[in-house]
Amino acid sequence: MQGVSKRYGGVRALQRADLVIEAGRIHAVLGENGAGKSTLIKIMAGVVAPDEGRMLLDGEPVSFASPAAANAVGIACIFQELSLIPDLSVADNIAISNPPRRFGLIDRRAQRRIAEEALSRAGADNIHPLALVKDLPLSRRQMVEIAKALARKPRILILDEATSALTAADVTKIYAVLKRLRAEGLALVYISHRMHEITELADECTVFCNGRSVATYAAGTKTDNEVVELMIGREYNAVFPPHAARAASETAPLLEVRKLGWSDRLTDISLQLRAGEVVGLGGLDGQGQRELLLGLFGVLLGTTGEVLIDGKPVTISGPNVAKRKTIGMALIPEDRKTEGLMLPMSVRDNLSFAALATLSRWGVVDAAAERAAVERMVRLLAIRTDGIDLPAGSLSGGNQQKLVIGKWLMMAPRILLLNDPTRGIDVGTKQEMYKLLRELADADAAILFYSTDYDELIGCCDRVLVMYDGAIKRELIGDEITERALIGSALNIGAEARQATLRAGST
Amino acid sequence: MSGDGPYWLREHRGTLLAFAGFVVMFTIYATNHPAGLDANVATTAANKGVLLAIVAMAQTLVVLTSGIDLSVGAVMVLANCLASGIVIGSPLMSALGVIGVLLVGALCGAINALIVIFGRLQPIVVTIASGAVYYGAALALRPVPGGDVDTALADALTGQLPGGVPASLVVLLAVVAIVWLPFRRSVIGRAAYAVGSSEIAAYMSGVPIRRAKFVAYTLSGLLASMAGLFVTFITYTGEASAANASTYTLYSIAAVVLGGVSLFGGSGSAVGAIFGAFMFRTIGDLLFVFNVEPLWQPLFQGIVLAAAVCLGAARLLRVRNRLDLYG
Repeated sequence: MQGVSKRYGGVRALQRADLVIEAGRIHAVLGENGAGKSTLIKIMAGVVAPDEGRMLLDGEPVSFASPAAANAVGIACIFQELSLIPDLSVADNIAISNPPRRFGLIDRRAQRRIAEEALSRAGADNIHPLALVKDLPLSRRQMVEIAKALARKPRILILDEATSALTAADVTKIYAVLKRLRAEGLALVYISHRMHEITELADECTVFCNGRSVATYAAGTKTDNEVVELMIGREYNAVFPPHAARAASETAPLLEVRKLGWSDRLTDISLQLRAGEVVGLGGLDGQGQRELLLGLFGVLLGTTGEVLIDGKPVTISGPNVAKRKTIGMALIPEDRKTEGLMLPMSVRDNLSFAALATLSRWGVVDAAAERAAVERMVRLLAIRTDGIDLPAGSLSGGNQQKLVIGKWLMMAPRILLLNDPTRGIDVGTKQEMYKLLRELADADAAILFYSTDYDELIGCCDRVLVMYDGAIKRELIGDEITERALIGSALNIGAEARQATLRAGST
Repeated sequence: MSGDGPYWLREHRGTLLAFAGFVVMFTIYATNHPAGLDANVATTAANKGVLLAIVAMAQTLVVLTSGIDLSVGAVMVLANCLASGIVIGSPLMSALGVIGVLLVGALCGAINALIVIFGRLQPIVVTIASGAVYYGAALALRPVPGGDVDTALADALTGQLPGGVPASLVVLLAVVAIVWLPFRRSVIGRAAYAVGSSEIAAYMSGVPIRRAKFVAYTLSGLLASMAGLFVTFITYTGEASAANASTYTLYSIAAVVLGGVSLFGGSGSAVGAIFGAFMFRTIGDLLFVFNVEPLWQPLFQGIVLAAAVCLGAARLLRVRNRLDLYG
């Protein structure tokens, strides 16, 4: 790609960007959200057309009118937002762009063969080709997505945050698959926010910043800090705000949970949360962290056990109860697009939802008070928008996430639950978010913070509760929070080893 | 790896449930009928059932793309009025007449499709408007009921085959075999399901979205005109009946729901909708068998429809995460 540019309205998403991709190499593309990576990929995949510049394939200029056209020349793309069709089967989905035909009709046997082959190439032969996609969990869907791209026999494969929803075991499989594809001579473009993935996989890296391609270098020739500096285009200091080591259990707990259970997904969860604390939830993805947060927020039906606020038992039967003044609990959901925001509605509407009760009298919203409160929040969180009446969907991912947080800050929560809030957002916004969490804690809020990023837990939290199989297996306090301890307890290594010894001893 | 059986059941659950529901209702009806189920009773029941079944198939095609077609009834009535004027004369003239009626039906559907696709308007608004236009055209053709139809053809298609089998059932099978099965198995049909399930994902997968919608609406119009022809064959006359237009439109939606087709699009089958239509018709007949005042019929049909929808939603009682309720 040479000098490619793209504008959206007044925003320059991409400015004279260059990128060279070679067969048999893995090329990592790095950059903050809004740096132009997604736009670049959309151009390569034929989703949007560039305003200027040109794309050469084997030295010949090419342009794509649609994703189908990009497909036709062998470019397959795995997008961050999945492109699977929920009501169709896995096999239907894998073959969707060009189903095998016999007498003009779809040949289901051939389709099934193709699907099985693609699934096994992706290392996912445990997925049944006739299962409906909507019945599969997110991580399985992502594997199907990868199989679908492989079934097109692409020459260039683009992966945009393709591992963000995968379990550790799947990630290992995908690495092996990607390396094999590289050996087969495919050109791979890999986008990720996880630095260690890039060190492990990439041959070359290109860094994007503010819509420009600022540097291309051979992988391993720059340190993580140098790369991050290129990405944010400014001096890079400590990511995490400093916080004083706290003496535990001095004050009475603000939130106490006793033996919380829910079907077979949560067992005997007991925890205490004090004002001024940031408590992390660790462990592998999908060990009940999400359920715990939803359970506390009153979203799950049929939970057992007790929840106490200020030492008094409470029944939280839903978000509308949780946000009452006496409880003051807020949850920042994992999926901002569906659970956090009404994308077509304005920034103002989105921000004031949770606090409408305090901004209205006799059921009528006080527009002036609302505007003032919303503008205050936009300034406080430094939300980048051209106006509070624009739709939330027009903001970048990081700014959308700030909106979700801002919405709940409007009601001044005492207890803040966060479900992996920094997933898929850029370094700059992450840093602002860490600072904000600490400020809230210092203002005597209690924070329960689930993250899949170990660095985040180490840098942000006073304590970390590590979950495994729906239960809290270990509590790490202060200096105990190290990557080694987190990973060890996440895999529940100690306990498994002990059980193995016990079994061995009993025979 | 486990067998394919469970996955097959999962995919066809709606259709199978509709089939089971119909079988239960029809068995009750047949065993309680005072005169027993003779060939004439069966033929009359089949004709009424097939008529609604074809309209329900028309509705299914559009609903699968997550649209809705409120003009199916009007297209049916227009086809009826047109057929009562041109499906007559020599066998050749009648055949040409039939083709003409079907072409007009397909054209009506195609017009809906073009407005929905290129006007980017909601199907519900488009088809309310176009339905009024089509009904207006029917009224212009037949201000008062009248006309005639090729009686031999009509009797052949609505009568009995040797052995007492209602001919209309064979017609329905033929329609399924000629229109539905190829659609279901074609790339375009797959695309229609994809569009209904997730239009964005379909686009990103390079699915021909516009063509899928165009074919779905056009086939819907074609099927609706087949239903119109059938009305003509049953009644021997053409009538621009506003009551028929709106009743069949609404009943077709009821049949689609009973047949396990998701109103959100992307899931279900026209075969399910056929059994949904049969089921809906059998309710009326059941009330007759049990000597219930005909006045009560709409009320009972409404109750059964509501019950069916509730049954379909019964799985929601098992939901333990409230977020799943809104998924």
